[in-house]
Amino acid sequence: MPGAIYAEGLVKTFGDVRALDGVDLDVPEGTVLGLLGPNGAGKTTTVRVLTTLLQPDSGSAVVAGIDVLKHPNEVRRSIGLSGQFAAVDEYLTGRENLQMVGQLYQMSARDAKKRAGQLLERFNLADAADRPAKTYSGGMRRRLDLAAALVVSPPVMFMDEPTTGLDPRNRQQLWEVIQELVGGGTTLLLTTQYLEEADHLADDICVVDHGKVIARGTSDQLKARTGGERVEVVVHEPEQIGPAREVLAGYGKGEVAVAEHTRKLTVPVTGGAKLLAEVIRDLDARGVEIDDIGLRRPTLDDVFISLTGHAAEAAEGNGEDEDAVAGKPGQGRKSQKETAQ
Amino acid sequence: MSIQVEAAPIAAPRPRGGIAQSVNDSLVVAKRNLIRMTRIPEMIIFGMIQPVMFVVLFSYVFGGSMQIGNSTSPEVYREFLMAGIFAQTVTFATAGAGAGIADDMHKGLIDRFRSLPMARGAVLTGRTLADLVQTTLTVVVLVIVALLVGWRVHEGIPKALAAFALLLLLGYAFSWIGALIGLSVRTPEAATSGGLIWLFPVTFISNAFVDSSNLTPWLRHIAEWNPFSATVQACRELFGNPGVSTSDAWPMQHSVLASVIWSVLIIVLFRTLAVRKYRSATA
Repeated sequence: MPGAIYAEGLVKTFGDVRALDGVDLDVPEGTVLGLLGPNGAGKTTTVRVLTTLLQPDSGSAVVAGIDVLKHPNEVRRSIGLSGQFAAVDEYLTGRENLQMVGQLYQMSARDAKKRAGQLLERFNLADAADRPAKTYSGGMRRRLDLAAALVVSPPVMFMDEPTTGLDPRNRQQLWEVIQELVGGGTTLLLTTQYLEEADHLADDICVVDHGKVIARGTSDQLKARTGGERVEVVVHEPEQIGPAREVLAGYGKGEVAVAEHTRKLTVPVTGGAKLLAEVIRDLDARGVEIDDIGLRRPTLDDVFISLTGHAAEAAEGNGEDEDAVAGKPGQGRKSQKETAQ
Repeated sequence: MSIQVEAAPIAAPRPRGGIAQSVNDSLVVAKRNLIRMTRIPEMIIFGMIQPVMFVVLFSYVFGGSMQIGNSTSPEVYREFLMAGIFAQTVTFATAGAGAGIADDMHKGLIDRFRSLPMARGAVLTGRTLADLVQTTLTVVVLVIVALLVGWRVHEGIPKALAAFALLLLLGYAFSWIGALIGLSVRTPEAATSGGLIWLFPVTFISNAFVDSSNLTPWLRHIAEWNPFSATVQACRELFGNPGVSTSDAWPMQHSVLASVIWSVLIIVLFRTLAVRKYRSATA
């Protein structure tokens, strides 16, 4: 039986660009899938197809047991969408925004009003409930946007880069909200370019690049694919790279990688801390002076680089990431969205 | 922050579907747009200043130089002019609708609406209805200014009200053209200028500001068949203002019927196109 979100062979082209090039997804009910990828990878396009906003060229999708292409309006009853930039009406108050969304979900005016009150309370917006949303901070707007997506407690949620542009404190807060939400049984598809975020929130991760899923698995499975632990050494003098390489080669389970420029040597190992102590003694015995040494486990960053050949946040080098990270409202996130399509 | 997640997740109530839902959703969106208007009063004020300026400029600058029928009296021109200014003013609702919808696209609100189980045309219908309210307010202010510069109705209130109904219908029709423009351009700025530019030829190559019988023949034909001219002609007849065209072009002979037909045609055509565009809209 397919999961709460199921997609097969999604293809979407914009002119010459294959934004989606055969995306398959299967998200079991009550789990969180992290769709991880750089700008332009096809994350937003995937979400737009699954939330009925965009018709794919080919492929099929089922959300909450309903065919997305055949019964889009039925799907819309069962999903909540929280966008990349907070889609709330800035001239309406928080309360008015939520009431409007409730009524458009076909709730009665009375129910929509009651529900808006509950959500404002839960999302710590009660004090600002009757102020126009344009007076809200970035974090408050995101919370309002998320509240709008939760007006009917939909069984399936989509969040497109929910924390892009937020400061660490607000990001942490939003993570807590999301965790409580999925604790209640909601199925969630979350896109992010923050590896840490996928690591933190997602049960399963799909790494996408150039419109394709290039890897999938749990965070641990993906990390395991990049290999186990490594010893990393930074030597004090460039001349010492040679002797250090010889020492490391004796312990390594693979090639010693050398970055001449930073005087850093890396080698895959097994044996953990005990082995690290031996390496240090051996280097010391050879008179190699070390600036830094450590045992590193792979991060999702490493996974990403090894899979795509480039780092997630510096992808495409188009300078838009800085905007997004710095959280400049509107412009940066907007252009990023266009890239994603 | 704590959100106790209530009960099991639930889907939204089943949409009622049909006309009842369309009406309800449109009214919800219209209310939202009206609230917005009250929060940005400068938009309404500027929307009113422009036509008032036109009345003053046209009646006092052009007033003495225009020949309406056999008269060059400024008073006659002022009475002649008002139907034209009224009609031009209601068509300017196009720019408001276009800019508003383009802004909603830009800000991601259209995505939000499109992900909700709401009636397909409701976002656009709600917007055009709210614009109709704003247009009505503008027309009320304009009527007061027109009375101040000497314009009068001579055929009684019921006929005058019929004329205003035709004007509002025309304005409503044109706001659907604006809706399509708003969905088709990339920025709200483009929607504002794109919503206005073409209105100048449409409203000037007409009987609005000059007696169309004074135009060269080919221009006169365009002016007489211009959908906009039918409403202007109908208003002049219903207000009993001077300068009613005696041309035997069908829309000039049956101006009230022609005005209704043109407006309904524009609504049907542009509503269809705009709703189709809305369904596939991508910001």
